[in-house]
Amino acid sequence: MIRFLSRRILTMAVTLLIISALIFFIIKLPPGDFLSNQIAELRAQGESASIAKAEFLIKQYGLDKPAWQQYLVWLGVMPGPNGFSGLLQGDWGWSFEYDKPVVEVVGDALWLTLLVNLAVVIFIHVVSIPIAIYSATRQYSVGDYLATFIGYIGLATPSFLLALILLYYMNRWFGVSIGGLYDAEYAGEPWTWAKTQSLLSHLLVPTVVIGLGGTAAMIRRMRANLLDELGKQYYVTAKAKGLGPTKALLKYPFRMSLNPFIADIGNLLPHLVSGSVLVSLVLSLPTVGPILLSALKSQDQFLAGFILMFVALLTVVGMLISDLLLAWLDPRIRMGGGR
Amino acid sequence: MNTAITSKRHYVDPAPFDPGKTEPVGAESESFYRASSWQLMWWKFRRHKVAVAAAFVLLFFYAIVPFVEVIAPYNQTKRHGDFLYAPPQGVHLFHEGRFVGPFTYPYSYSFDLESFRRVYTPDTSKPQPIRFLCRGDAYQFWGLWQMDVHLVCPPENGTLFLLGTDRLGRDLLSRIIYGARISLTIGIVGIAVSFALGLFFGGLAGYLGGWVDHVIQRMIEILRSLPELPLWLALSAALPANWSPILVFFGITIILGLLDWPGLARAVRSKLLSLREEDFVKAAELMGASKQRIIARHLIPNFMSHLIASATLSIPSMILGETALSFLGLGLRPPVTSWGVLLNEAQNLAAVQLHPWLLFPMVPVVIVVLAFNFMGDGLRDAADPYH
Repeated sequence: MIRFLSRRILTMAVTLLIISALIFFIIKLPPGDFLSNQIAELRAQGESASIAKAEFLIKQYGLDKPAWQQYLVWLGVMPGPNGFSGLLQGDWGWSFEYDKPVVEVVGDALWLTLLVNLAVVIFIHVVSIPIAIYSATRQYSVGDYLATFIGYIGLATPSFLLALILLYYMNRWFGVSIGGLYDAEYAGEPWTWAKTQSLLSHLLVPTVVIGLGGTAAMIRRMRANLLDELGKQYYVTAKAKGLGPTKALLKYPFRMSLNPFIADIGNLLPHLVSGSVLVSLVLSLPTVGPILLSALKSQDQFLAGFILMFVALLTVVGMLISDLLLAWLDPRIRMGGGR
Repeated sequence: MNTAITSKRHYVDPAPFDPGKTEPVGAESESFYRASSWQLMWWKFRRHKVAVAAAFVLLFFYAIVPFVEVIAPYNQTKRHGDFLYAPPQGVHLFHEGRFVGPFTYPYSYSFDLESFRRVYTPDTSKPQPIRFLCRGDAYQFWGLWQMDVHLVCPPENGTLFLLGTDRLGRDLLSRIIYGARISLTIGIVGIAVSFALGLFFGGLAGYLGGWVDHVIQRMIEILRSLPELPLWLALSAALPANWSPILVFFGITIILGLLDWPGLARAVRSKLLSLREEDFVKAAELMGASKQRIIARHLIPNFMSHLIASATLSIPSMILGETALSFLGLGLRPPVTSWGVLLNEAQNLAAVQLHPWLLFPMVPVVIVVLAFNFMGDGLRDAADPYH
């Protein structure tokens, strides 16, 4: 187990390293950077005091150096102007657009992003497992067709449009305002029970909207898996021996059909993050999505880089979790590397 | 001749061999056993009613693409200054109990001083019949011929806004029809890029094996662990702002294709590996077929059907991807018209509240995506005709 874990964590680290290089390269693709753009603008306006500050920041963050050196400094494996200070040392860099350290800009948004994604993962599993079992055990019934149909619609509707439409109708019919993650009066307030309640009620619609596509895909896959398992002989034997239908179903075929389900958590997370970026923009949720978009547009490189890294980390950790769960669920799956 | 055969490792009897003689089959199953695998796939696909219907829907949509200028009632850029945000005009058949044929009632507008909006009311006293196959806005057909023939035209001195107009008074239906050209081709071009990359890398990994396989596998894993949308955002933000809209179109397509190939490459690799062990490959080897012949005649046709099926299933994600990017304002930019660009105008709550018809471009998106999904499912089932 320990060998397996350490192997996996090592590959994870290598993967993240390559991803970080890729991300930095992509962010650096557009010509220029935030500060040089700003300096050009300030020069046009003839403000010299701010230019001096911007030039100081350029020196401070080594933006005058070649890109590969900037990358190594950002990573924290090469000494920058203030010694080793990069991601590895826990320094997430400086956001030029907000004129604040990145950690202060994204602080709350990170937790809320995690919260939303966690809620969506739970929603997908809680909703799709019972529906899939129902569909598979009553194949070609009205309920099965209905579930399949809703599933297809869920796959085909762009989530951001669904969010927009729900936003409107929830507001019109129920008077629920669902923009943001809590009511405006709680912004900046300390966390109280009332604020948490407000958060939970606001979380409902984004969770459903982001999770719908994933739920549809999950129902389809789980139904197919369960149908495969239900045709196998061990299930027939179990029933022939007189095992009750629920027990016979839950104990063997259900457990088997969960396998690909859990293997999917890793693949699910990137899609969820993508979905949540769009939906956050439409519903104006304070997650990292909108911040990322504006950072990319204004070439705020450290902010954008950090958010992309965070998202990648979330994904890679999700894959690790799904691998561990798989190994625990199905003893037949060998832990890579052998014994 | 005889020596050439015996010099090979296996002895192959030069006498012709007719399998029908040793194991006689009935006339009915004869046609089944003699059918090529493509024939079998077609038979199987045909039985899948939903998939066939979806294929016809797609055929209809793609048939529009070359002829958008003729089908759309207006040019996509034609502005109607008097009809900003006009709601959809209904088509009627009967005027005061009398059959007139398809006609519309002209709009007259007044200005609501309370909400500062234009209010359009149809004037039900004078029906205006819609004209068919008539002269309307001039256009360059395929950039070659100057033409002005339209399938459907607005009535004389009247208007025809079947789906309403946008903020500049442009007919939404015409713009959706023009948008189909971009939105539908972006999926095909994107999948072509992804297909080529997937076939190349997957084939390399499956065929060469060893360290090449290993490196490509890791590459695929890394690409798959990146969340698509933020990467799309980053890459399309990297497209130079001074590119012409056509270049941006190709840029976006290539970005969509670049991030899509790992799935296909994996499918190619695993198919190559598993098919290599199949009995029919062994049989072909034993009959003395060369390596090129086995790959070209036995392996590629076998997994090509699977590839086409999975490619069909990933076209929808490309179309949705373009829609999402354009919706955010990072994808295609006006004057290029795509369904995503049109939806970009419906970005805020005011649009949904006051001008809900601006959300209409969503309908073709959903239909096309669903049709691709249904057809892809049918193709996937048919791709394995022997089961």
